[in-house]
Amino acid sequence: MKDSDKEKGKTVNRRQFIGNVLKTACGMGLLGLGLGMYARQASSLPPMAVRPPGALPEEEFLGSCIRCGLCVRDCPYDILKLGQLGDDGVVPGTPYFTARTGPCEMCEDIPCIPVCPTNALDHGLTDITKARMGLAVVVDQETCIAFLGLRCEVCFNVCPIRGEAITLDYQHNTRSGKHALFIPVVHSEACTGCGLCEKACILEEAAIKVFPTHLAKGELGKHYRLGWKEKEKAGGSLVAPDIEHKYNLPEGVRYDLQGKGLIIDSSGSQEVPVSSNPLDTLNSNPLDTLNQGLEKQ
Amino acid sequence: MAIRPRPGKEAVEAKGWLRANKWLILRRLSQFGILGLFLLGPLAGVWIVKGNLAYSYTLDFLPLSDPHILLQSVLAGVEPHKDAIIGVVIVTVFYMLIGGRVFCSWVCPVNLVTDLACCTRRMLGIRTSTQLSRNARYWLLGVTLLLPLVTGTIVWEMFNPVSMAFRGLLFGLGLAWVILLGIFLFDIFVSKEGWCGRLCPVGAFYSLLGRKSLVRVVATDRDKCDDCMDCFEVCPEEQVIRPALKGADKGLSPVILSSQCTNCGRCIDVCAEDVFHFGLRSHKQSDKGVEAVKTGAEKLDDAA
Repeated sequence: MKDSDKEKGKTVNRRQFIGNVLKTACGMGLLGLGLGMYARQASSLPPMAVRPPGALPEEEFLGSCIRCGLCVRDCPYDILKLGQLGDDGVVPGTPYFTARTGPCEMCEDIPCIPVCPTNALDHGLTDITKARMGLAVVVDQETCIAFLGLRCEVCFNVCPIRGEAITLDYQHNTRSGKHALFIPVVHSEACTGCGLCEKACILEEAAIKVFPTHLAKGELGKHYRLGWKEKEKAGGSLVAPDIEHKYNLPEGVRYDLQGKGLIIDSSGSQEVPVSSNPLDTLNSNPLDTLNQGLEKQ
Repeated sequence: MAIRPRPGKEAVEAKGWLRANKWLILRRLSQFGILGLFLLGPLAGVWIVKGNLAYSYTLDFLPLSDPHILLQSVLAGVEPHKDAIIGVVIVTVFYMLIGGRVFCSWVCPVNLVTDLACCTRRMLGIRTSTQLSRNARYWLLGVTLLLPLVTGTIVWEMFNPVSMAFRGLLFGLGLAWVILLGIFLFDIFVSKEGWCGRLCPVGAFYSLLGRKSLVRVVATDRDKCDDCMDCFEVCPEEQVIRPALKGADKGLSPVILSSQCTNCGRCIDVCAEDVFHFGLRSHKQSDKGVEAVKTGAEKLDDAA
């Protein structure tokens, strides 16, 4: 009797135990799922937040950065901030800067990197010009005053990789008809995404902005081949060269596609007026009518 | 409901206010001192310590890293740098020797919040029962370690109130105060010692780390205990006291062996009879056969 009671108590306990364990496991599983899913959703970086130089690609960065804030402390220009919960949309505790208010000054010794204990900021980066924090984009041609025909070039002039990351493209000002436009053009092979141009842009809202590279860059389809580049690589045309087009024209007549149009090789023979009336259309050369306006080009 | 006199009242009468609050004062000094050292930099420009509890650099040569956070990052597939590894070794060895949950009571900023909650709860006379197991934290710890494996990011650090609070005080709090307020209210109205004693995976981690730690609270003079219950009243992990204090009949060691004990020393303070003292795990009672039963006590502790 006593034994069976004990036995009974034991089985109930075991059942309870397993039940409790399952309950807890399920609860924790759900909690984990919730945390994981929220984390996934919350871990996208807002476009105006730029990671410090050398930051790994965002997903790896969030696995490596232990949120210690040493990069923030060792930035001599104090531009870095740590994300705060619910404040800026940046994952709490991870470092970022805002180009418009405080761009990266591109220190040559990059002091923020060597203090990083987990390589979230890649210690392999020793040349700041190789940093790719983002990419500057001239986002608004309607307000950028260079496009309006005014001289500005501030972004071009403040760029630390002057003349390479941003160049000026001279274009004809069709509005005035006689001036040039000095259009800033960003080159992704040199731009570090430091944001000095965005900071310097004279507009109320910058017309040049630093975006994460994947947002700023397009990408050609992998199957695309640029004919002229392939030609250069191969050292010659890869297809049979075009045969010169032959026009089926009467003898003594040629056709110049990009020039004069129809050309009659006059063998010196003076044309005799058909009609005695000088105003008769039969007297005029029909080619003059056909080629009208072409001579002017 | 009869309102109990404030625990420790007898101790103050017997030992004087200072001795009856000695460890509490030292603990607060430690908590605020550590925070103060970190704050000296941003507030006064005196950079003794840089960083925060996740990883810090002291006097430009001493790295210290949080083993729980670094472990998560390693599980997410990161190879930490030499400094981080040196730092984690120092911290791990320290807490393994001194007692893992010393972090909870002597360093952690959330402890200030939960202690305040506990105090408020006692003053308001709120008594709620909770279903929440004291072991839930170990499960949550498992979740925090599993998530980086699955997702490749340090998920827990997006929620961790411990690091968020400390970091917030140094780098800007944002909305982290909402989480701290949540913990405060949770501890008052939902579950006694709900956060630190049942849920916090950081505490769970340090408790596992300090399983074999040397420094322990010992009920050296347990025969003097007059059953005033003050120590049970103030202890944030009251289940750890019983085996040591009341286990004499069963031949249990007077050492509080449970790794859930935070070594806060409040039981030492509030005991008018001076039953408790800080001592070593290897503390030997003059009783016979303590060694023989110690293993039994540990088993009991493990089961708890």
